[in-house]
Amino acid sequence: MGLFVFVCAAAMVLVGAVGVVTRNNPVHAALSLVLTLFGIAVLFVANNAHFLAAVQVIVYAGAIVVLFLFVIMLLGVDQAEDLSLEPLTVQRPLALVVSIGVTGVIIAAVLKSQDALFARGTGIDSATLQDADANIRQLSRSIFTDYVFAFEVTSVLLLIAVVGTVVMSRRQHGQHVEESV
Amino acid sequence: MTLALVEPTTSWYLILAAVLFGIGTIGVMVRRNPLVMFMCVELMLNAVNLSFVALSSSLSDINGQTAVFFVLVVAAAEVVVGLGIIVSIMRRRSDTTADDLAVLKG
Repeated sequence: MGLFVFVCAAAMVLVGAVGVVTRNNPVHAALSLVLTLFGIAVLFVANNAHFLAAVQVIVYAGAIVVLFLFVIMLLGVDQAEDLSLEPLTVQRPLALVVSIGVTGVIIAAVLKSQDALFARGTGIDSATLQDADANIRQLSRSIFTDYVFAFEVTSVLLLIAVVGTVVMSRRQHGQHVEESV
Repeated sequence: MTLALVEPTTSWYLILAAVLFGIGTIGVMVRRNPLVMFMCVELMLNAVNLSFVALSSSLSDINGQTAVFFVLVVAAAEVVVGLGIIVSIMRRRSDTTADDLAVLKG
């Protein structure tokens, strides 16, 4: 059962991720991103992170992707981009080499350290971590006690982001934006 | 050992996260539409979140999930600011790719 869930969710994640990179229409790329984010949410549930799975669906697959689609439609860039055009000839092979190198290094590190890493378990016992209510309780206790200062700082960060975006994208009074063809 | 008895271990999640991170890296380096580049950055952030949650689950330590919570908040703020920049650039010159933004003239 666990294997079945993992394989299905991993297939969703990888198909979506490849879709984001290879689809030449930005709308299709955004919809592929939704597929990936749902797959990640399923994997969160499989790891007993129920609250984060809900937040993942609501914030990422809901708010952020809707924001992406809104901007795509607002700017009218929903026409297909010609992906066969390659301005720098070395770019794609180089990107492939760098990416495969990074992935290979991470996978090698995981495989090498898996015995040493998972021998120790600290903190909360796994029985409470597996209960959905206990998961939310543990997470909120962690956020509102150990990390309460960081939590308050993120609220300031969100406020700065909102105000900054309004200031940045507002047209000044009397300023004309030239119409581009 | 039959196939149904194989349970995915934490290493599987970490390797999946590494592959997802690699795909995101390719996307950031290859795609030229700034919006799609942004989506690929989201892919990379999600890969890191996945490894945080997998390790949190295997080490029975809730702090990994707390870190993911903060990553989600910061990602939301980052998307808001980034899309604001992209909108204000593209209102001046439509159909912009990342190559056209080499000069910061606006």
